[in-house]
Amino acid sequence: MPRPAPGQGIKVNFITREGETVTVEANEGESLLDVARANDLDVEGACEASLACSTCHLILDDDSFSKLEEPSDEENDMLDLAFGLSDTSRLGCQVLMTKELAGLTAKIPSATRNMYVDGAKPKHH
Amino acid sequence: MMFKTKRDDEEEEQHQGQESDNEEGGNTDREIEMEGPEAEDAEMEEETVWSIQELSCSKICSGSEDRVSRSFKVAVVGSGPGGFYTAHRILKQVPQSSIDMYEALPVPHGLVRFGVAPDHPEVKNVINTFDEVAENPNFRFIGNTSVGTFVTPGSKKADLEVADLAQHYDAILLAYGAHEDRVLGVPNEKSLRGVMAARSFVGFYNGLPSEQDLDVDLSKTDTAVVIGQGNVALDVARILLTPLEDLKKTDLTEKMIKILEKSTVKHVHVIGRRGPLEVAFTSKELREMLQLPGTTFHMDRNLLASEMERAGKSLDRPRKRLMGLLEKGIKESKPNQPKSWSLQFLRSPLEFSGDGKDGTLKAIKLGINRLEGEDNNRRAAATGAKEELECGLAFRSIGYKSVGIQGVPFDSRKGIVPNVDGKVIDENSNIVPGLYASGWLKRGPIGVIASTMADAYQTADTIISDWTRGEPMLDSLSSGGAPVLDILRSKGHKVVSYQDWKKIEQKEFEMGTRLGKPREKFVSVDEMLKAID
Ligand SMILES: Cc1cc2nc3c(=O)[nH]c(=O)nc-3n(C[C@H](O)[C@H](O)[C@H](O)COP(=O)(O)OP(=O)(O)OC[C@H]3O[C@@H](n4cnc5c(N)ncnc54)[C@H](O)[C@@H]3O)c2cc1C
Ligand code: FES
Repeated sequence: MPRPAPGQGIKVNFITREGETVTVEANEGESLLDVARANDLDVEGACEASLACSTCHLILDDDSFSKLEEPSDEENDMLDLAFGLSDTSRLGCQVLMTKELAGLTAKIPSATRNMYVDGAKPKHH
Repeated sequence: MMFKTKRDDEEEEQHQGQESDNEEGGNTDREIEMEGPEAEDAEMEEETVWSIQELSCSKICSGSEDRVSRSFKVAVVGSGPGGFYTAHRILKQVPQSSIDMYEALPVPHGLVRFGVAPDHPEVKNVINTFDEVAENPNFRFIGNTSVGTFVTPGSKKADLEVADLAQHYDAILLAYGAHEDRVLGVPNEKSLRGVMAARSFVGFYNGLPSEQDLDVDLSKTDTAVVIGQGNVALDVARILLTPLEDLKKTDLTEKMIKILEKSTVKHVHVIGRRGPLEVAFTSKELREMLQLPGTTFHMDRNLLASEMERAGKSLDRPRKRLMGLLEKGIKESKPNQPKSWSLQFLRSPLEFSGDGKDGTLKAIKLGINRLEGEDNNRRAAATGAKEELECGLAFRSIGYKSVGIQGVPFDSRKGIVPNVDGKVIDENSNIVPGLYASGWLKRGPIGVIASTMADAYQTADTIISDWTRGEPMLDSLSSGGAPVLDILRSKGHKVVSYQDWKKIEQKEFEMGTRLGKPREKFVSVDEMLKAID
């Protein structure tokens, strides 16, 4: 899908794993997963939106979450397997953008931490 | 192990409640129950040989200064999600990396092809990402080539050893998965017809060449038992009970369809040694079972009620939903349907008994348990009471198991290559330079593809960090795998490339189209190799 012309799309904020907020624009009807991918954000979507993987898990702001219809049983089944499940978790491939959702904020949950990389001190310089 | 404790705590938190039967603190679903006896067997497995470490010692202090300019050569052993996702991340983040992926079979993708159920095609969409990885000019698939002879006695010699690769790469990633299955260790498990490993059965119906000689006859009994309560157990039960017309539309092999056409199996009991709170299957797979047409569901309603009351508010969301689904399943189950399935709890198999004449399974003797111990770590204790369950088929589904290979540390108690976030360590917790692990081999045979992916990315980060920080690796001065391939070819060994695989796959698609299914798999290595020429 072509990207919306600047200022013409629906505004969506993503909070990256590094904690940075990135504001991008979405077309109406696009899924949050599509929006994230189109903007090179690190959201996986391994099963290509077929509700079989949970790698498109996003944590929404309370307000936007409550505007959405309840997730289906099948979506909840997959969410149960997501890392860092929270009360406002959704699968990005199942949330379709509408004008009412303008300003939505979606946090990309942090992955498994790597203590080795975080903690190891380089021995050679 | 030095970094271990902290990391484990962290993960514990993330997986809370998804935790189930794995005593070692594993996470979710794909695995089930591990009974006692085999743990002792494992201790006696062969000692490890430490050749990699010796090999690399002479080199570890040599230059890492040149790493900025030269290419980063990585060998990956195994082409399942563990190998592919790690490769994906490395190729993306280190532009000068070049990856050779060795795979024992002529065909890639590991359990995505040979494990994931045929009626879960959507799960297999992950293959599209693997195909993308394979298109990267810095990636090479080296199929039909095994690396590392398994240390179990009698194992066939591998085409290459890890030491052969060590001379040509900077890093070696081990992602060869879980090669065997756990056994119950009870009488007649191996000798009676009709008793088999779920792993073998799954491999059989998914076309895994090494399981095609399995003796599968579903026409002699109306009752099958699956031992273990994880997702693999439910996969097996579902394949036995799903209407054949539905399965014919999947890539289930024609060989299996012929067998199912003659199937007389009507009732499947899925048995666990603990209670409903300890099941390892997840809600998606349970929901599918409860939606099977014409199939009554049985389970002990009182046990569920008392267990739920006992757990009270301590249940987290996934477990609460799962228990809710069971309750609903009991309530909405239609009685007296032509087929049925049941979940049976607090039962441990003690013995398989057969018909003296033809050595076929007739019944399982079960010991009845009660639960003991803390809420989050409840154990099954034998009450001494026993019962017998008549059945003509039994599938043991208590877990897959990795095996050590020559020249690489292996923790036979945990069944993994010991590692810290993917970096292989030896028995004294010393780092083995240049050696890494990912996938089921790294964490144990548990977890869906999504968790294997998260895990693979973690290993990739470890590898990338070592490379960019100038940590000691194998730092081979060779230019990569070309000499290895030359040696293989000079021995007349047939190497399969990803393009070759695509030819095989194309033929599988064509055969599938003729049969009205997405693909018809080749089920022998010979057929696969022939399809290339
Ligand atoms: C029956 C079953 C059903 C499953 N269903 C699902 C599902 O529906 N959804 C889901 O998300 N997950 C599912 N899983 C889990 C998923 O398959 C695993 O998480 C994942 O495949 C593990 O990846 P891996 O790379 O570690 O191992 P594997 O996928 O096993 O890959 C290992 C690879 O290494 C190769 N190999 C082995 N030895 C050697 C050697 N010496 N040299 C070279 N190559 C070697 C093997 O041939 C294989 O290709 C299922 C698992 C099973 C067992
Ligand atoms: S992409 Fe797999 S569930 Fe959304």
